[in-house]
Amino acid sequence: MKNIKYERIASNHKAEENRVKNAVIAFLTGGVLGFIAEWLVVFYSNCFEISRSDASTMMIVTFIFIASLFTALGFFDKLVNRFKCGLLIPITGFAHSMTSSAMDYKKEGLIYGIGMNIFKLAGCVILYGVVSAWFFGMIRYFIGGAS
Amino acid sequence: MTFKFDNVYLQDTATIAGPYEKEGPLKQYFDKTYSDLYFGESSFELAEIKLVKDALVMLMKKTSLTKNDIDLVVGGDLLNQITATTYGSCNVGKSFIGIYGACSSSVLGMIIASTFIDSKRIDNAITLVSSHNMSSEKQFRNPTEYGAPKPDSATFTATGAGACLLTAKKTDVKVECATLGKIVDLDQNDPNDMGKVMAPAAIETLKSHFQETGRSPKDYDLIVTGDLGRYGKEIVKDYMLNTYNINLKDNYNDCGVMLYDLALQKEVKAGGSGPACSALVSFSYIYNMLKEKQLRKVLIVATGALFSPTLVYQKENIYSIAHAISLEVV
Repeated sequence: MKNIKYERIASNHKAEENRVKNAVIAFLTGGVLGFIAEWLVVFYSNCFEISRSDASTMMIVTFIFIASLFTALGFFDKLVNRFKCGLLIPITGFAHSMTSSAMDYKKEGLIYGIGMNIFKLAGCVILYGVVSAWFFGMIRYFIGGAS
Repeated sequence: MTFKFDNVYLQDTATIAGPYEKEGPLKQYFDKTYSDLYFGESSFELAEIKLVKDALVMLMKKTSLTKNDIDLVVGGDLLNQITATTYGSCNVGKSFIGIYGACSSSVLGMIIASTFIDSKRIDNAITLVSSHNMSSEKQFRNPTEYGAPKPDSATFTATGAGACLLTAKKTDVKVECATLGKIVDLDQNDPNDMGKVMAPAAIETLKSHFQETGRSPKDYDLIVTGDLGRYGKEIVKDYMLNTYNINLKDNYNDCGVMLYDLALQKEVKAGGSGPACSALVSFSYIYNMLKEKQLRKVLIVATGALFSPTLVYQKENIYSIAHAISLEVV
Protein backbone atom coordinates (compact mmCIF):
# COMPACT_ATOMS: atom_id res chain seq x y z
CA MET A 1 0.00 0.00 0.00
CA LYS A 2 1.18 3.46 -0.81
CA ASN A 3 1.13 5.96 2.02
CA ILE A 4 0.70 9.05 -0.16
CA LYS A 5 -2.25 7.60 -2.03
CA TYR A 6 -3.83 6.42 1.23
CA GLU A 7 -3.49 9.86 2.80
CA ARG A 8 -5.05 11.45 -0.29
CA ILE A 9 -8.06 9.14 -0.22
CA ALA A 10 -8.41 9.33 3.59
CA SER A 11 -8.40 13.14 3.44
CA ASN A 12 -11.70 12.96 1.55
CA HIS A 13 -13.32 11.14 4.47
CA LYS A 14 -12.35 12.93 7.64
CA ALA A 15 -14.35 14.55 10.40
CA GLU A 16 -14.74 18.28 10.00
CA GLU A 17 -14.07 20.00 13.30
CA ASN A 18 -15.60 23.44 13.75
CA ARG A 19 -12.71 25.00 15.67
CA VAL A 20 -14.12 28.52 15.45
CA LYS A 21 -17.38 27.39 17.06
CA ASN A 22 -15.47 25.54 19.81
CA ALA A 23 -13.35 28.63 20.47
CA VAL A 24 -16.38 30.93 20.64
CA ILE A 25 -18.15 28.55 23.06
CA ALA A 26 -15.02 28.34 25.23
CA PHE A 27 -14.55 32.11 25.12
CA LEU A 28 -18.14 32.81 26.16
CA THR A 29 -18.22 30.12 28.86
CA GLY A 30 -14.89 31.27 30.25
CA GLY A 31 -16.20 34.84 30.23
CA VAL A 32 -19.36 33.90 32.08
CA LEU A 33 -17.26 32.00 34.62
CA GLY A 34 -15.10 35.11 35.08
CA PHE A 35 -18.22 37.22 35.54
CA ILE A 36 -19.56 34.87 38.23
CA ALA A 37 -16.12 34.86 39.89
CA GLU A 38 -16.03 38.66 40.04
CA TRP A 39 -19.55 38.74 41.43
CA LEU A 40 -18.54 36.19 44.11
CA VAL A 41 -15.48 38.25 45.08
CA VAL A 42 -17.62 41.38 45.52
CA PHE A 43 -20.27 39.36 47.37
CA TYR A 44 -17.77 37.76 49.79
CA SER A 45 -15.87 40.98 50.47
CA ASN A 46 -19.09 42.91 51.18
CA CYS A 47 -20.87 40.14 53.04
CA PHE A 48 -18.02 39.10 55.33
CA GLU A 49 -16.22 42.45 55.33
CA ILE A 50 -12.92 40.91 54.22
CA SER A 51 -10.21 42.14 51.86
CA ARG A 52 -10.46 41.59 48.13
CA SER A 53 -7.56 39.09 48.13
CA ASP A 54 -9.20 37.05 50.91
CA ALA A 55 -12.48 37.15 48.99
CA SER A 56 -10.63 35.91 45.87
CA THR A 57 -9.33 32.92 47.82
CA MET A 58 -12.87 32.11 48.99
CA MET A 59 -14.13 32.43 45.40
CA ILE A 60 -11.48 29.93 44.23
CA VAL A 61 -12.39 27.53 47.03
CA THR A 62 -16.04 27.82 46.01
CA PHE A 63 -15.24 27.01 42.38
CA ILE A 64 -13.05 24.07 43.37
CA PHE A 65 -15.80 22.71 45.59
CA ILE A 66 -18.50 23.06 42.94
CA ALA A 67 -16.35 21.49 40.18
CA SER A 68 -15.35 18.59 42.45
CA LEU A 69 -18.92 18.05 43.60
CA PHE A 70 -20.27 18.06 40.04
CA THR A 71 -17.49 15.66 39.00
CA ALA A 72 -18.39 13.33 41.85
CA LEU A 73 -22.05 13.51 40.91
CA GLY A 74 -21.03 12.43 37.42
CA PHE A 75 -22.06 15.27 35.16
CA PHE A 76 -19.14 17.70 35.05
CA ASP A 77 -17.57 15.73 32.17
CA LYS A 78 -20.77 16.22 30.19
CA LEU A 79 -20.69 19.96 30.91
CA VAL A 80 -17.06 20.08 29.70
CA ASN A 81 -18.02 18.25 26.52
CA ARG A 82 -20.64 20.91 25.89
CA PHE A 83 -18.78 24.02 27.05
CA LYS A 84 -15.25 22.90 26.04
CA CYS A 85 -12.15 24.60 27.39
CA GLY A 86 -14.17 27.42 28.97
CA LEU A 87 -14.59 25.03 31.91
CA LEU A 88 -11.25 23.19 31.60
CA ILE A 89 -8.79 26.09 31.63
CA PRO A 90 -10.00 27.89 34.80
CA ILE A 91 -9.48 26.44 38.29
CA THR A 92 -12.62 24.32 37.71
CA GLY A 93 -10.65 22.20 35.20
CA PHE A 94 -7.82 21.69 37.66
CA ALA A 95 -10.23 20.56 40.40
CA HIS A 96 -12.05 18.35 37.89
CA SER A 97 -8.81 16.63 36.86
CA MET A 98 -7.86 15.84 40.47
CA THR A 99 -11.29 14.65 41.55
CA SER A 100 -11.76 12.47 38.48
CA SER A 101 -8.31 10.88 39.00
CA ALA A 102 -9.08 10.24 42.67
CA MET A 103 -12.43 8.68 41.78
CA ASP A 104 -10.85 6.45 39.15
CA TYR A 105 -8.32 4.94 41.50
CA LYS A 106 -10.24 4.81 44.79
CA LYS A 107 -10.71 1.06 44.47
CA GLU A 108 -6.92 0.54 44.45
CA GLY A 109 -6.66 2.07 47.92
CA LEU A 110 -5.43 5.24 49.59
CA ILE A 111 -1.71 4.79 48.78
CA TYR A 112 -1.42 2.86 45.49
CA GLY A 113 -4.69 4.23 44.20
CA ILE A 114 -5.62 7.80 45.16
CA GLY A 115 -2.21 8.81 46.54
CA MET A 116 -0.21 7.76 43.52
CA ASN A 117 -2.67 8.87 40.88
CA ILE A 118 -4.47 12.00 42.08
CA PHE A 119 -1.93 14.25 40.29
CA LYS A 120 -1.97 12.12 37.15
CA LEU A 121 -3.34 15.00 35.06
CA ALA A 122 -2.89 17.89 37.49
CA GLY A 123 0.82 17.19 37.96
CA CYS A 124 1.74 18.71 34.63
CA VAL A 125 -0.30 21.84 35.42
CA ILE A 126 1.55 22.26 38.72
CA LEU A 127 4.99 21.57 37.20
CA TYR A 128 4.63 23.84 34.19
CA GLY A 129 2.66 26.39 36.21
CA VAL A 130 5.62 26.74 38.59
CA VAL A 131 8.14 26.76 35.72
CA SER A 132 6.26 29.42 33.78
CA ALA A 133 5.69 31.46 37.00
CA TRP A 134 9.48 31.43 37.56
CA PHE A 135 10.09 32.34 33.92
CA PHE A 136 7.68 35.26 33.86
CA GLY A 137 8.82 36.32 37.34
CA MET A 138 12.36 36.62 35.97
CA ILE A 139 11.18 38.68 33.01
CA ARG A 140 9.29 40.95 35.33
CA TYR A 141 12.35 41.25 37.60
CA PHE A 142 14.60 42.34 34.76
CA ILE A 143 12.09 44.68 33.15
CA GLY A 144 10.18 46.08 36.11
CA GLY A 145 12.77 45.79 38.91
CA ALA A 146 12.65 43.88 42.19
CA SER A 147 9.80 45.76 43.85
CA MET B 1 -3.13 -16.17 4.33
CA THR B 2 -6.45 -17.87 3.56
CA PHE B 3 -7.50 -21.39 4.45
CA LYS B 4 -10.73 -23.38 4.24
CA PHE B 5 -12.41 -25.32 7.01
CA ASP B 6 -14.28 -28.53 6.30
CA ASN B 7 -15.95 -29.47 9.53
CA VAL B 8 -16.33 -26.43 11.76
CA TYR B 9 -19.79 -25.16 12.66
CA LEU B 10 -21.23 -22.41 14.80
CA GLN B 11 -23.58 -23.98 17.34
CA ASP B 12 -24.73 -20.94 19.27
CA THR B 13 -23.75 -17.50 20.53
CA ALA B 14 -24.26 -15.35 23.63
CA THR B 15 -24.11 -11.57 23.81
CA ILE B 16 -24.19 -9.32 26.88
CA ALA B 17 -24.44 -5.59 26.21
CA GLY B 18 -24.06 -2.39 28.23
CA PRO B 19 -26.32 0.65 28.48
CA TYR B 20 -25.15 2.52 25.37
CA GLU B 21 -25.45 -0.59 23.20
CA LYS B 22 -28.89 -1.20 24.67
CA GLU B 23 -29.96 2.20 23.31
CA GLY B 24 -28.78 1.22 19.84
CA PRO B 25 -30.71 -0.41 16.98
CA LEU B 26 -29.63 -4.00 17.79
CA LYS B 27 -31.12 -4.10 21.29
CA GLN B 28 -33.59 -6.87 20.48
CA TYR B 29 -30.83 -9.26 19.40
CA PHE B 30 -28.80 -9.21 22.64
CA ASP B 31 -29.29 -12.02 25.14
CA LYS B 32 -28.88 -9.76 28.16
CA THR B 33 -28.40 -6.03 28.69
CA TYR B 34 -27.45 -3.82 31.60
CA SER B 35 -28.67 -0.32 32.36
CA ASP B 36 -25.57 0.93 34.16
CA LEU B 37 -21.83 0.42 33.75
CA TYR B 38 -21.04 -1.24 37.09
CA PHE B 39 -23.43 -4.26 36.86
CA GLY B 40 -23.49 -4.38 40.67
CA GLU B 41 -19.68 -4.61 40.92
CA SER B 42 -17.42 -2.17 42.76
CA SER B 43 -15.03 -1.33 39.89
CA PHE B 44 -15.10 -1.20 36.10
CA GLU B 45 -12.50 -3.96 35.84
CA LEU B 46 -14.66 -6.27 37.95
CA ALA B 47 -17.66 -5.21 35.86
CA GLU B 48 -15.87 -6.36 32.70
CA ILE B 49 -15.03 -9.70 34.34
CA LYS B 50 -18.73 -10.04 35.12
CA LEU B 51 -19.53 -9.47 31.45
CA VAL B 52 -17.29 -12.40 30.51
CA LYS B 53 -18.81 -14.64 33.20
CA ASP B 54 -22.32 -13.67 32.11
CA ALA B 55 -21.56 -14.46 28.47
CA LEU B 56 -20.19 -17.89 29.39
CA VAL B 57 -23.14 -18.72 31.67
CA MET B 58 -25.56 -17.58 28.96
CA LEU B 59 -23.82 -19.70 26.31
CA MET B 60 -23.82 -22.80 28.56
CA LYS B 61 -27.50 -22.26 29.25
CA LYS B 62 -28.38 -21.89 25.56
CA THR B 63 -26.36 -24.93 24.50
CA SER B 64 -27.22 -27.07 27.57
CA LEU B 65 -23.54 -27.83 28.07
CA THR B 66 -21.59 -27.87 31.32
CA LYS B 67 -18.18 -26.32 32.00
CA ASN B 68 -16.46 -29.69 31.59
CA ASP B 69 -18.03 -30.36 28.19
CA ILE B 70 -15.93 -27.60 26.62
CA ASP B 71 -12.58 -28.72 25.19
CA LEU B 72 -11.05 -25.30 24.72
CA VAL B 73 -11.74 -21.67 25.60
CA VAL B 74 -10.04 -19.00 23.46
CA GLY B 75 -10.50 -15.41 24.50
CA GLY B 76 -9.09 -11.93 24.78
CA ASP B 77 -9.89 -8.37 25.78
CA LEU B 78 -8.24 -4.95 25.97
CA LEU B 79 -7.20 -4.83 29.61
CA ASN B 80 -3.55 -5.21 30.57
CA GLN B 81 -2.65 -8.91 30.79
CA ILE B 82 -6.12 -9.73 29.35
CA THR B 83 -7.41 -10.12 32.90
CA ALA B 84 -11.11 -9.76 32.09
CA THR B 85 -10.88 -12.92 30.00
CA THR B 86 -8.67 -14.92 32.35
CA TYR B 87 -10.56 -14.02 35.54
CA GLY B 88 -13.92 -14.37 33.84
CA SER B 89 -13.33 -17.76 32.25
CA CYS B 90 -11.57 -19.46 35.18
CA ASN B 91 -12.83 -23.04 35.69
CA VAL B 92 -14.56 -23.18 32.32
CA GLY B 93 -13.40 -25.77 29.79
CA LYS B 94 -10.62 -28.34 29.79
CA SER B 95 -8.03 -25.92 28.36
CA PHE B 96 -7.55 -22.21 27.76
CA ILE B 97 -5.72 -19.94 25.32
CA GLY B 98 -5.50 -16.20 25.99
CA ILE B 99 -5.03 -14.05 22.90
CA TYR B 100 -4.40 -10.39 22.17
CA GLY B 101 -5.29 -9.02 18.77
CA ALA B 102 -6.77 -5.80 20.19
CA CYS B 103 -10.20 -5.31 18.59
CA SER B 104 -9.51 -8.07 16.07
CA SER B 105 -9.49 -10.68 18.87
CA SER B 106 -13.08 -11.75 18.15
CA VAL B 107 -12.26 -13.20 14.73
CA LEU B 108 -8.72 -14.21 15.70
CA GLY B 109 -10.16 -16.40 18.48
CA MET B 110 -12.62 -18.00 16.06
CA ILE B 111 -9.83 -18.77 13.58
CA ILE B 112 -7.62 -20.38 16.25
CA ALA B 113 -10.50 -22.45 17.65
CA SER B 114 -11.64 -23.46 14.14
CA THR B 115 -8.13 -24.65 13.28
CA PHE B 116 -8.05 -26.93 16.34
CA ILE B 117 -11.50 -28.32 15.53
CA ASP B 118 -10.79 -28.75 11.82
CA SER B 119 -7.64 -30.72 12.57
CA LYS B 120 -9.80 -32.96 14.78
CA ARG B 121 -7.72 -32.28 17.87
CA ILE B 122 -10.78 -31.08 19.77
CA ASP B 123 -14.55 -31.44 19.35
CA ASN B 124 -15.68 -28.02 20.45
CA ALA B 125 -14.43 -24.65 21.64
CA ILE B 126 -15.75 -21.41 23.03
CA THR B 127 -14.34 -18.15 21.75
CA LEU B 128 -15.06 -15.04 23.71
CA VAL B 129 -14.13 -11.36 23.81
CA SER B 130 -15.11 -8.45 25.99
CA SER B 131 -14.55 -4.73 26.31
CA HIS B 132 -15.80 -2.10 28.70
CA ASN B 133 -15.99 1.57 27.80
CA MET B 134 -14.85 2.78 31.20
CA SER B 135 -12.08 0.26 31.90
CA SER B 136 -10.65 1.00 28.44
CA GLU B 137 -10.89 4.76 28.93
CA LYS B 138 -9.08 4.41 32.23
CA GLN B 139 -6.33 2.29 30.71
CA PHE B 140 -5.83 3.97 27.34
CA ARG B 141 -6.94 7.56 27.91
CA ASN B 142 -7.96 9.78 30.80
CA PRO B 143 -9.75 9.11 34.09
CA THR B 144 -13.29 8.02 33.34
CA GLU B 145 -14.98 11.07 34.85
CA TYR B 146 -12.57 13.47 33.14
CA GLY B 147 -14.37 15.34 30.40
CA ALA B 148 -11.68 15.88 27.80
CA PRO B 149 -13.49 16.98 24.63
CA LYS B 150 -12.94 14.45 21.81
CA PRO B 151 -12.89 15.09 18.09
CA ASP B 152 -15.68 13.70 15.90
CA SER B 153 -13.28 11.16 14.40
CA ALA B 154 -12.87 9.41 17.79
CA THR B 155 -14.54 6.05 18.31
CA PHE B 156 -16.30 4.81 21.43
CA THR B 157 -15.30 1.54 23.10
CA ALA B 158 -18.32 -0.74 23.23
CA THR B 159 -19.34 -2.27 26.55
CA GLY B 160 -20.21 -5.91 26.22
CA ALA B 161 -19.08 -9.47 25.82
CA GLY B 162 -19.68 -11.93 23.04
CA ALA B 163 -19.11 -15.67 23.12
CA CYS B 164 -19.74 -18.39 20.59
CA LEU B 165 -19.55 -22.15 20.61
CA LEU B 166 -17.77 -23.72 17.66
CA THR B 167 -18.18 -27.43 17.15
CA ALA B 168 -17.38 -30.30 14.82
CA LYS B 169 -21.06 -31.36 14.86
CA LYS B 170 -23.04 -30.16 11.89
CA THR B 171 -25.32 -27.16 12.41
CA ASP B 172 -26.96 -24.67 10.06
CA VAL B 173 -24.08 -22.19 10.14
CA LYS B 174 -20.69 -23.30 8.87
CA VAL B 175 -17.36 -21.60 9.47
CA GLU B 176 -16.31 -21.83 5.87
CA CYS B 177 -12.95 -20.14 5.50
CA ALA B 178 -10.72 -17.54 7.09
CA THR B 179 -8.00 -15.09 6.16
CA LEU B 180 -5.34 -14.29 8.75
CA GLY B 181 -4.06 -10.77 8.40
CA LYS B 182 -0.63 -9.29 8.87
CA ILE B 183 0.56 -6.27 10.83
CA VAL B 184 0.29 -3.08 8.79
CA ASP B 185 2.25 0.13 9.42
CA LEU B 186 1.18 3.07 7.31
CA ASP B 187 2.62 5.92 9.40
CA GLN B 188 -0.59 6.42 11.36
CA ASN B 189 -0.34 7.90 14.84
CA ASP B 190 -3.61 9.54 15.89
CA PRO B 191 -5.36 7.54 18.65
CA ASN B 192 -8.38 9.79 18.20
CA ASP B 193 -8.85 8.62 14.61
CA MET B 194 -8.80 4.83 14.85
CA GLY B 195 -10.88 4.40 11.71
CA LYS B 196 -8.08 5.90 9.64
CA VAL B 197 -5.47 3.91 11.59
CA MET B 198 -7.16 0.54 11.04
CA ALA B 199 -8.62 0.95 7.56
CA PRO B 200 -5.29 -0.05 5.88
CA ALA B 201 -5.35 -3.40 7.71
CA ALA B 202 -8.95 -4.02 6.65
CA ILE B 203 -8.04 -3.15 3.05
CA GLU B 204 -5.01 -5.51 3.08
CA THR B 205 -7.01 -8.41 4.50
CA LEU B 206 -9.97 -7.87 2.16
CA LYS B 207 -7.65 -7.68 -0.83
CA SER B 208 -5.83 -10.89 0.22
CA HIS B 209 -9.12 -12.65 0.85
CA PHE B 210 -10.56 -11.82 -2.57
CA GLN B 211 -7.28 -12.58 -4.37
CA GLU B 212 -6.63 -15.89 -2.63
CA THR B 213 -10.20 -17.19 -2.87
CA GLY B 214 -10.91 -15.81 -6.33
CA ARG B 215 -14.12 -14.34 -4.95
CA SER B 216 -15.60 -10.88 -5.25
CA PRO B 217 -17.84 -8.86 -2.88
CA LYS B 218 -20.84 -10.16 -4.86
CA ASP B 219 -20.23 -13.63 -3.41
CA TYR B 220 -21.27 -12.37 0.02
CA ASP B 221 -24.65 -11.19 1.23
CA LEU B 222 -22.91 -9.05 3.81
CA ILE B 223 -19.34 -7.95 4.43
CA VAL B 224 -18.64 -6.22 7.71
CA THR B 225 -15.51 -4.65 9.14
CA GLY B 226 -15.05 -4.61 12.90
CA ASP B 227 -14.82 -1.09 14.26
CA LEU B 228 -13.71 1.45 11.68
CA GLY B 229 -16.55 3.86 12.34
CA ARG B 230 -18.25 6.06 9.80
CA TYR B 231 -15.08 7.65 8.40
CA GLY B 232 -12.92 4.52 8.28
CA LYS B 233 -15.72 2.69 6.49
CA GLU B 234 -15.78 5.26 3.70
CA ILE B 235 -11.98 5.16 3.39
CA VAL B 236 -12.12 1.36 2.87
CA LYS B 237 -14.82 1.67 0.19
CA ASP B 238 -13.04 4.46 -1.63
CA TYR B 239 -9.57 2.87 -1.50
CA MET B 240 -10.77 -0.60 -2.55
CA LEU B 241 -12.55 0.85 -5.56
CA ASN B 242 -9.85 3.26 -6.66
CA THR B 243 -6.86 1.00 -6.12
CA TYR B 244 -8.00 -2.57 -6.62
CA ASN B 245 -11.21 -1.97 -8.56
CA ILE B 246 -13.11 -3.94 -5.93
CA ASN B 247 -16.53 -2.41 -5.49
CA LEU B 248 -17.93 -2.72 -1.96
CA LYS B 249 -21.50 -1.67 -2.46
CA ASP B 250 -24.54 -1.80 -0.19
CA ASN B 251 -23.60 -5.22 1.10
CA TYR B 252 -20.69 -3.66 3.00
CA ASN B 253 -21.05 -2.15 6.46
CA ASP B 254 -19.08 -1.59 9.63
CA CYS B 255 -20.01 -3.07 13.03
CA GLY B 256 -19.07 0.21 14.73
CA VAL B 257 -21.69 1.97 12.62
CA MET B 258 -24.30 -0.78 13.02
CA LEU B 259 -24.05 -1.06 16.81
CA TYR B 260 -25.25 2.49 17.55
CA ASP B 261 -27.70 4.99 16.19
CA LEU B 262 -25.10 7.55 15.15
CA ALA B 263 -27.70 10.26 14.54
CA LEU B 264 -29.15 10.03 18.05
CA GLN B 265 -26.23 8.75 20.13
CA LYS B 266 -23.90 11.71 19.70
CA GLU B 267 -21.57 10.54 22.50
CA VAL B 268 -20.29 7.64 20.37
CA LYS B 269 -18.87 10.15 17.85
CA ALA B 270 -17.67 8.18 14.77
CA GLY B 271 -19.01 4.83 16.03
CA GLY B 272 -18.18 1.86 18.21
CA SER B 273 -14.85 0.15 18.79
CA GLY B 274 -13.33 -2.54 20.98
CA PRO B 275 -13.28 -6.32 20.64
CA ALA B 276 -16.89 -6.47 21.81
CA CYS B 277 -18.02 -4.19 18.97
CA SER B 278 -17.61 -6.76 16.20
CA ALA B 279 -18.65 -9.60 18.52
CA LEU B 280 -21.87 -7.89 19.64
CA VAL B 281 -22.93 -7.32 16.05
CA SER B 282 -21.70 -10.65 14.61
CA PHE B 283 -22.92 -12.91 17.41
CA SER B 284 -26.32 -11.23 17.74
CA TYR B 285 -27.73 -9.62 14.59
CA ILE B 286 -25.62 -11.41 11.96
CA TYR B 287 -25.91 -14.83 13.60
CA ASN B 288 -29.68 -14.40 13.86
CA MET B 289 -29.93 -13.40 10.22
CA LEU B 290 -27.90 -16.47 9.23
CA LYS B 291 -30.06 -18.76 11.39
CA GLU B 292 -33.20 -17.35 9.82
CA LYS B 293 -31.56 -17.70 6.39
CA GLN B 294 -32.08 -14.03 5.59
CA LEU B 295 -28.34 -13.90 5.03
CA ARG B 296 -26.58 -16.90 3.52
CA LYS B 297 -22.94 -15.94 3.42
CA VAL B 298 -21.19 -13.32 5.50
CA LEU B 299 -17.59 -12.12 5.71
CA ILE B 300 -16.57 -10.63 9.06
CA VAL B 301 -13.32 -8.63 9.06
CA ALA B 302 -12.38 -7.71 12.63
CA THR B 303 -9.90 -4.84 12.79
CA GLY B 304 -7.48 -4.07 15.60
CA ALA B 305 -5.06 -1.27 16.47
CA LEU B 306 -1.79 -2.52 17.93
CA PHE B 307 -0.32 0.10 20.22
CA SER B 308 0.16 1.17 23.79
CA PRO B 309 -0.31 4.65 25.29
CA THR B 310 3.41 4.62 26.19
CA LEU B 311 4.52 4.12 22.58
CA VAL B 312 2.06 6.74 21.33
CA TYR B 313 3.57 9.25 23.78
CA GLN B 314 6.99 8.21 22.47
CA LYS B 315 5.78 9.28 19.01
CA GLU B 316 5.80 5.77 17.56
CA ASN B 317 3.31 4.77 14.88
CA ILE B 318 0.14 2.83 15.61
CA TYR B 319 0.10 -0.48 13.77
CA SER B 320 -3.05 -2.28 12.75
CA ILE B 321 -4.21 -5.78 11.90
CA ALA B 322 -7.36 -7.40 10.52
CA HIS B 323 -8.54 -10.99 10.36
CA ALA B 324 -11.47 -12.24 8.26
CA ILE B 325 -13.79 -15.18 8.71
CA SER B 326 -16.52 -16.37 6.41
CA LEU B 327 -19.76 -17.84 7.80
CA GLU B 328 -22.14 -19.68 5.52
CA VAL B 329 -25.59 -21.23 5.86
CA VAL B 330 -25.51 -24.91 4.91
